[in-house]
Amino acid sequence: MNWLSDEAIARLQTASALPDLAGTRYRLVERIGSGGMGTVYLAEDSTLGRRVALKILDLPELRTELSERLLREAHILARLEHPGIVPVHDVGTLADGRVFYAMKFVEGERLDALAKRIGAIHERLRIFQRICEAVAFAHARGILHRDLKPENIMVGPFGEVLLMDWGVAKILREDAAPREVHASIGVETSRNAPTVTKPLKTEHGTILGTPGYMAPEQARGEIEGLDERADIYSLGAILKFLVASKKFDAPQGSDMGGIGTKTAWSTTTAPAPKAVAAIAQKAMAEEPAHRYASVSDLAQDVARYLDGAPVSAYPENVFQKAARWATRYRVAIGLVLAYLIVRALLLFWLKR
Amino acid sequence: MTEDTKMGGPAGKFPATRLSAVLAARSDDPAERSRALEAIAAAYWKPIYKYLRIRWGKSNEDAKDLTQDFFAKLFEKDYLDDFDPAKARLRTFLRICADRFVANEAKAAKRLKRGGGATHLSLDFDAAENELQRAEPLAQLTASPESVDDFLEKEFIRSLFGLAVDQLRSECESRGKQIHFRLFEIYDLEGDGASNASYAELAKEFRIAPTDVTNYLAFARREFRRIALERLREMTASEEEFRREARALLGVIPE
Repeated sequence: MNWLSDEAIARLQTASALPDLAGTRYRLVERIGSGGMGTVYLAEDSTLGRRVALKILDLPELRTELSERLLREAHILARLEHPGIVPVHDVGTLADGRVFYAMKFVEGERLDALAKRIGAIHERLRIFQRICEAVAFAHARGILHRDLKPENIMVGPFGEVLLMDWGVAKILREDAAPREVHASIGVETSRNAPTVTKPLKTEHGTILGTPGYMAPEQARGEIEGLDERADIYSLGAILKFLVASKKFDAPQGSDMGGIGTKTAWSTTTAPAPKAVAAIAQKAMAEEPAHRYASVSDLAQDVARYLDGAPVSAYPENVFQKAARWATRYRVAIGLVLAYLIVRALLLFWLKR
Repeated sequence: MTEDTKMGGPAGKFPATRLSAVLAARSDDPAERSRALEAIAAAYWKPIYKYLRIRWGKSNEDAKDLTQDFFAKLFEKDYLDDFDPAKARLRTFLRICADRFVANEAKAAKRLKRGGGATHLSLDFDAAENELQRAEPLAQLTASPESVDDFLEKEFIRSLFGLAVDQLRSECESRGKQIHFRLFEIYDLEGDGASNASYAELAKEFRIAPTDVTNYLAFARREFRRIALERLREMTASEEEFRREARALLGVIPE
């Protein structure tokens, strides 16, 4: 046995870790990131001449829980055709036995990083609304995400929001379950494309999710009873993150508050408006019954806040109502006041 | 009776899908047990030898004797019965066993006659010693318990990759794919990587098409990876442990 130098070992590790894309239409470009399930690579689809992201298991694992989970994620994504959910293009097994799926390559920034550059609360809330739209769509299709957090949300250069990482999603209704015949659900399949052989059943007591964004019932491992309100809790935590994270001044006149641009930051921390804090608090209620009944209800409350209307989560007193009313109609009030002042000045001048 | 045992032998001793040698080492079947322990010794004797030289400051000769004795004891006694993969990695367990073994030897201040009635392994200590001379300065390797563990892990990977390279060479030769292996050797094993010849130059040298260089290299790397993972699977007792170890072996670190 010849001695292997440290450099040779490093090269062997790199060569072994890289996916074997021989026989596929993909050409490896670079590694994007790695997680518990596998690694995501940027690749070039030589057939269609576009860049895609390949999510590939790190090890050849056929018919294991991990491979079933990856395939299941691909099939769930294939059923969720929505601008806010990353589309999957292909699924298959590489020559080295690793299961993969190809998805749209999202050129954007993770919400946790981006939030530091968005100045105005309204801009943050508009992003939050788009997140809610995507989650509401998934819920309408009978699917819970179960791991909603800023790290799993990408925001594109034009402000488009994409929910990522559906690896621990839960199927609530049978009509949403991935079908065994993969071709019938619109996923373009590679040669040797594996199929989901059984519904992935999460054992009672299994905790999947992220502390801080996970609903209490989810953290307790009460898998069977989980419903849409678990995701609503996570959305509440995201809203709280968005309004509580440090505020940085964005360039003036920027619709997206500086997305994709570097800007001078100031590090003042603005307190969250009470109404928005109340919305987050309601979404994050300990008891699911005390949360919003649906993501649409949550999104509507946020929309009402943005419109200057009263929100259901925050009962106002007379003064607060007056202040909100004044804020909502500040332009009209300003015009009327300006008119009255000009008119008064005119009358005063004519009488002289 | 002295029984010579070849270490790190050619491929084919185990079926294509290797079973866990750690589990097989507990088998009631003596042949299976022996075969499993051979596999473990093949992967670990060099790391253990180097560990004894570095951590315990043993001389070349003492480390040779202790390594032989240690693996002989491993064969004869049921050390591995106490191994619990849920609690520790196999190499950590073996290191602790080696520490105890050396401590007991020192305490007793008497050494059993080497080889007397014991299994004798055919080990290339000169090669191990040469490798050790190429390692980092000893002070760096023994600076902390973590650095010793890191050293052992690195040596285990070196040993396992070395066995996998040997098996790949043997398999390529038996299948008439010597060029495949040679390209793999040039690109991934030799030199510093930066000075490698281009695919076009290699294609000219081996009188093959440039695309063949790509394909041959991909084949060799794929086979190397398969063999290395199979060897690793032998050294693990559970699927979860295998997965964890494989990610470390391939240098895949979750973010």
